This record gives sequence, C-alpha cells and structure tokens, in this order.
Amino acid sequence: MPRTLAQKLVARASGGEQVTPGEIVTCKVDLAMVHDSSGPRRLKPRLERLGAKLWDPSKVVVITDHYLPAYDDESRKIIQIARDWVKEAGVGAFYDAQGICHVVLPERGHLRPGMFAVGGDSHSPTGGAFAAYMFGIGATEMLGVMVTGEIWLKVPHTIAMDFDGGLSPGVSAKDVMLFLIGRFGMDGGQYQAVEYRGPAIRALSMQERMTLCNMTAELGGQTGLIASDSVTEEFLKKKIEIWDGDAGAPLLAHHKFDAGELAPQVAAPHSPANTRAVGEFREKVDLAYIGACTGAKLDDLRMAASVLKGRKSKVKLLVAPASLRDQQAAEKEGTLGILLDAGAELLANSCGMCAGYGENLLPDGAVAISTTARNFKGRMGSASAQVYLASPYTVAASAVAGRIADPRELLA
Amino acid sequence: MRAWVFGDNVDTDAIAPGRYMKLGIEEIARHCFEAVDPGFATKVKNGDAVVGGRNFGTGSSREQAPEALKHLGVAVLVAESFSGLFYRNAINLGLPALACAQAKRIRQGDLLKVDPLGGTIENLTTGETLECEPIPPFLMSIIRDGGLLPHLEKRLARPA
Repeated sequence: MPRTLAQKLVARASGGEQVTPGEIVTCKVDLAMVHDSSGPRRLKPRLERLGAKLWDPSKVVVITDHYLPAYDDESRKIIQIARDWVKEAGVGAFYDAQGICHVVLPERGHLRPGMFAVGGDSHSPTGGAFAAYMFGIGATEMLGVMVTGEIWLKVPHTIAMDFDGGLSPGVSAKDVMLFLIGRFGMDGGQYQAVEYRGPAIRALSMQERMTLCNMTAELGGQTGLIASDSVTEEFLKKKIEIWDGDAGAPLLAHHKFDAGELAPQVAAPHSPANTRAVGEFREKVDLAYIGACTGAKLDDLRMAASVLKGRKSKVKLLVAPASLRDQQAAEKEGTLGILLDAGAELLANSCGMCAGYGENLLPDGAVAISTTARNFKGRMGSASAQVYLASPYTVAASAVAGRIADPRELLA
Repeated sequence: MRAWVFGDNVDTDAIAPGRYMKLGIEEIARHCFEAVDPGFATKVKNGDAVVGGRNFGTGSSREQAPEALKHLGVAVLVAESFSGLFYRNAINLGLPALACAQAKRIRQGDLLKVDPLGGTIENLTTGETLECEPIPPFLMSIIRDGGLLPHLEKRLARPA
C-alpha cells in the first residue's frame, strides 16, 4: 500500500511497517531539543523529583536563545541553570548564544532525513524541512521523553499543499504561509502532517523551506514536511537518504495552487490568519522588525537587503539575525552592511521581541511591521500595540516608505 | 462550577503572556488573560470551568498556559476544539480538556456539572446535556494520576 512521507517516518520510529492514520503508537525519539525557557530550568527539578537520568544524553541538544541577552537577575539565573545543567546531565551538544534553536539545530548538522525528533518549542516543525518528523511539546512531556526516550503519537493524516510554477520576484515562503493561514485558518492543519510539494517548493532554498515548516505551527499542523532532495543534501553537506511519500498515498486533502499568482501577503492585528494581499494596506508604521527563526535567517536578511540597498529606512528598523553564523555570513558578503547603511539597529541573535522576551518591547500604541510568526494581542509588548506580519521584502519596503508598501515596486 | 467563556483561537500569549514567563507560576497566573479579560485571575473561583471555541490554546508550547489555569483553580477546560500541543500539555498537567462540538451553547456564567470520565456536560442553567469526545483511556489514566509527572513517578516506582 502506498504510504505518505509522514506514515513512513512514524512507521520507522514506532517499529511498525504499516501505520494507520488515527492509530495511537509509541515512537522512539532520535533527537530531543530544548531551549533555556522550556528546557533545563523546568526539567532539572522534575528529573530530581523522579530521581531519573537522561535516557541518552547524546540525543539531547540544548540551545540558549530566549533569555539572551540576559538583562536581569531572573534571566541571568535561567541562562545559568542551562549552562550548569548540561554539564551535570552530560549533554555535549550545547549551543550558548549562537542563535535561535530552530536555525542553529540544522545549521550545526543535528538533523537528517528520516529522523523522529521533538523540540521544547512550538516552532519545532521547522525540522520537517529536512524530511524529519519533528514537532513541539511542552516541558512535562519533554521530561517524559528525557526519561523514557519515547513519546505517544496519533498517526497523522497528511494534508498536501501543492505549489505549481514558481514564486514571483519579491514573493517568499513567508507570503506562502501567511496566505495558507489566511485561507485555512489557524486550525487548518487539524494537528495533522502538512506536506509542502510541487515545483515551486522544490525550487526553494533550505532556509525558505524552514520558514514554511516553521509556520505550520500557525497553520495548526503537528508538523510540516518536505521530502529530502539535492537541496537538502547540499545544505547538510553530507550524503543523505531520500525520504519521500509514495505516489497515490491517501491524503486527507490535496490543495493545489499556482505559485506565480501569489502576491506579497500581510497579516493584520491580532492574528496570523488575518491576511490579505499587500495592495490592500496603506497603514503608517513606526517600527519595522526583522527578526526571529521565521524571518531573520541569512536568506531573509538577503531579501531585506535587496530592497534596502541604497535606501534609508524612514522608521525605526531593528534587525536581530537568527543565528550568529548567519550574521557573520551576512557581514562577510556585505548584506549586513546594506542593512546598517539603511539605518538598521542590530540586536542580539535571539528570540527577543518576537515572543515579548527581553528589554525591547513594543510601547503603548506602537504600530509595527514584523517578519515574525505571531501578532497576538500583547505578544510583542503592550496590548495596545498593533503588529502586522509580512515577509522580509515587505517589511523592508514598508520601512523605506514609512507605511505598509509593496516590495515589488522597489525591486523593479 | 461556573463557566468562563472565551471565543475562537484563544492563544497562549493571552493565557500566559511571554513577558512574565521568566517568573514562577504564581506570578504568571496573576496575569492570566489580562489582555483580553482584565481581572479574570481575581474573579475565577476554585472549581470553575474555562470554555472556548475553536482551536483553544493556539500558539506556544509553554505549558505555563494550562498550568496557570490550573493554579487559579480551573477544574476543567471545554472547547469546540483544542490546539493539539495545548491539549497534550493540559493532560500532562492533569487538567481535563474536553472537546465538545456544542461548546458554543454554553454562556458566560452558566452553572455546569462536568463528568470528564463520562464525557458529558450538564448545563444546570439551561437544563441541556452536552456530549463530549471521550478522552482516550491511556490519557485518562494520566489525568487520574494528577498528570504525567506523578504518572511517571508511579511507573518508575513499579518493579520491572
């Protein structure tokens, strides 16, 4: 019987040949990733209460990204717990202040096609870009994984999002996701596996694919998946297995789109599902934010730079590159210089404003346009702040115009 | 128990705002729902129910969201549907979460009698009985133990 990519990945992890959507199985976990906020500070006391040790420290990755830069006693303590705990627990894979976990994890070669992985963060479906079954769980469930190496799963159905053709210049993976979330809603994914397919997806870089899978969280899928191919192999710089679904495998839904018809998208306050094409907006903004795992990777910084080259931002422009390595690469190739020349203020390689952590919060009444994933009321600061979500192209164009603007006019 | 009714897509930032996440659960709980229903944390009573529409708990993996509700005394969650990640977190913390297709028939302040095990909600204010999707038995056993942590404690204590 033909099987979907999700079924194949879950079957391997659960030790069965055929798994049926809806069936509950127990999977062996190949990799568990946590960050400073959901990780050591919550795991340590619970592990002590159980008197238990990690099932396999070599399969655990710890990345600090939420409470950096530490700015008060509480955040310093949270980071210190992470630093101390990795030593106690014997975790070798510890990345301290190297960037946001979802970007650092594949950047340092921890993901490969075929894996079954969990992350202590809702944007963990990012790993699905590498044809790994990866999803987010809470800290107590992570404790269960850390102690047993196993987790239960309801075998998912697959919803296929098939994009023919190719994205137009100035249109990116972020626009694809804002469009899909607007179209299907924040529960459109029904906590099933969402698989992105078609020539337009194959043509995307790994970091763009990561943006698709990342925002499967906002689409309400358990994970987002993309079959592995030569693009995956090139990114990981090692020989990989090709993991793909079988032709004719049963799907819960198969949605087909022409990628070339997609215009840049903007999500208005206070929901990522509140999306319309950029042409319908003219709102003035007073802050532009290029940050987060879903909006400030090297490819995202390049998109912003292609718009900002030789131009100045009219508004406060904040850039928080998603990883230190991406920032260094952007600096070396001149991308970062373009952003700084446009007036960007550089922030740390961490989650920062996206999740309302740290010292930079939106003040009362602020109107911001942001490359981040969520614009829930009060998330990035004051409950009276208005946050619009858009691609790095659109955020950059809006910074230049001082109002929400179509980047295609500046790229022409 | 009295019903506290919220709409569709109630997000985890509303339940447990990110800027308080560095603090302990007592402090986080004080700010529960402050952006959408200021004062909720002081008004909600021990044993009350929180009722939502579609996709309740969308957003973050932070389990402080169901933990804050539990800390405030909320005994059960009822919603048309739950975000999958939030649902797992609620169960893992021992807080029953009942998916009920007719959740929107419940009004703010209605008096409810909820049987999580049987999957029924009796609305004492309207006289209606609402059916819920049953919680699978292996998840019910986690709830009965008070959450995944005590459940694991039991499991680890059991001789192999």
